[in-house]
Amino acid sequence: MTPAEILDSLFPAGHDVTAEGDLLFGRGTSPGGRVVHVIGATARAPIGIDQAIRLSGAVLAIACSDDDAPILFLVDSASQRMSRRDELLGLSEYLAHLAKSLLLAEARGHRTIGLLYGGSAAGAFISTALACDTLVALPGAHPEVMDLASMARVTKLSIDLLEDKAKTTPVFAPGLDNLVSVGGVAEVWDPQRSLADQLATLLAAPRDHDARATLGAERQGRPKAAAIAGEVAAAARR
Amino acid sequence: MSSLHQSWYEAGARERIAALVDAGSFTEYVGPERRETSPHLGIFDLPAQFDDGIVVGAATVDGTPILIAAQEGRFMGGAFGEVHGAKLTGLLRAAKALNRDVVIAFDTGGVRLQEANAGEIAIAEIMRAVTEARIAGVRVVGLIGGRAGCYGGGGLIAGCCSTLIISEQGRISVTGPEVIETNKGVEEFDSRDRALVWRTMGGKHRTLIGGADLFVDDDAAAFRAAMLAALVRPAKAGSVRNASSVPFGRGERPGLDLATLDAEQDRLERRIARFGDAADATDIWRTLGIDDARAIPDMPSAAFATLAAQYRESADDAR
Repeated sequence: MTPAEILDSLFPAGHDVTAEGDLLFGRGTSPGGRVVHVIGATARAPIGIDQAIRLSGAVLAIACSDDDAPILFLVDSASQRMSRRDELLGLSEYLAHLAKSLLLAEARGHRTIGLLYGGSAAGAFISTALACDTLVALPGAHPEVMDLASMARVTKLSIDLLEDKAKTTPVFAPGLDNLVSVGGVAEVWDPQRSLADQLATLLAAPRDHDARATLGAERQGRPKAAAIAGEVAAAARR
Repeated sequence: MSSLHQSWYEAGARERIAALVDAGSFTEYVGPERRETSPHLGIFDLPAQFDDGIVVGAATVDGTPILIAAQEGRFMGGAFGEVHGAKLTGLLRAAKALNRDVVIAFDTGGVRLQEANAGEIAIAEIMRAVTEARIAGVRVVGLIGGRAGCYGGGGLIAGCCSTLIISEQGRISVTGPEVIETNKGVEEFDSRDRALVWRTMGGKHRTLIGGADLFVDDDAAAFRAAMLAALVRPAKAGSVRNASSVPFGRGERPGLDLATLDAEQDRLERRIARFGDAADATDIWRTLGIDDARAIPDMPSAAFATLAAQYRESADDAR
């Protein structure tokens, strides 16, 4: 689905979402009359310092407003922008700041829903979609941590070996199913059904803690994380 | 304490913890005797390690209880895998529940690519746990100066900490030099040009632009002294200026809030406005007012710290 099709299905009563380069900003109204803030990182574009600071500014403006309207974050990005300039100016701070802004907005009463409808990778994925309280995806979304060529360079493993392992090993291979199995994506929406209905259902269910490790254990993509984290937390509190 | 110099860069995770905390006070959680190894490395015929490359536990510093974690950069480059990440997540959740400060000695290349999806989600869980603990008033102090640097998701976690302590050897970045070169070509970043790597991502540059707060020598005792200083800072940066000898680790404390992040937004916008057109770190250092910018890389730590205190961008109220 395109961003326009997604927004039409989410907000049949209308929206004022507009593009600013590859970013989206605006609001939509749900069929039930509920206002939803919308931000977006689209067109498979990388997220560098210039994009991150614009997105965090929008999130903080929402966070300081009096309403408790949810934030919907549409994501179809590349990885973080890989450049000398971005690293020189401290990209890690800009991406962390964006993630913190989303987490603070959530703490101040805004649900934050990530909707992954295309690609996303690495630091861009972590600081956008994965910093939301709940991440959902549409079929055809294709998240990844790192492309296999870069992975080969870093791990010193051959690209042939990585491509071979990628076919059978969900814990490291790119792709939506694999991110679902480790608990990173809560649910995959059905594009044939009203997205407004699916969003309403999601928002109606209370959400009070980070359930990703539990999901990963249930789906057998991350067998140990939930138990280990729980054991450390319990030991520290004894 | 010993007066012998102990290199932080050369030390292992357990040596670093021993150098930071009160003697005999450390209790490890889910330690190597439990043999909770990575369930994934065997797929690549890679050896596992009994602690999965991270040590987490509780200790005291000058008698005050803290929680502490140290990554082992010599195992898989200190990278975040499923078990490694989960140990840190659990520690941070306990910190929030106990209202107890946390010290993290970073030494990491980022996500462990052999279990990339598990590592990626672990980073997201840790960033959430750091931020939620900070909102509740907990200090999270990061120490950076190890062999592996603080790359990838490690850099993002560091960006969520309340105070960062760094040595010249410490490097913080998201994309590492080799990955930039692989994707964008050697003209964009020559990963073999070590001087370029240090002045773009290294401790001196990060200190000067406000990407790190306290610059220290490559000395375990110096890291300990800076950690103690960071732990008595106000938990909500800027809330109480020069609040000396406020006891830490107990009582009601304001934490990370909208004012903190609004200030960080301003700080990071200002950085782009001031330095966004700079081609090299030396151009930024000159803009900061340092006349002989080319002397910075070879400058001894003490002289650099004095210079930095005069010219650097501060992030005290805005991290």
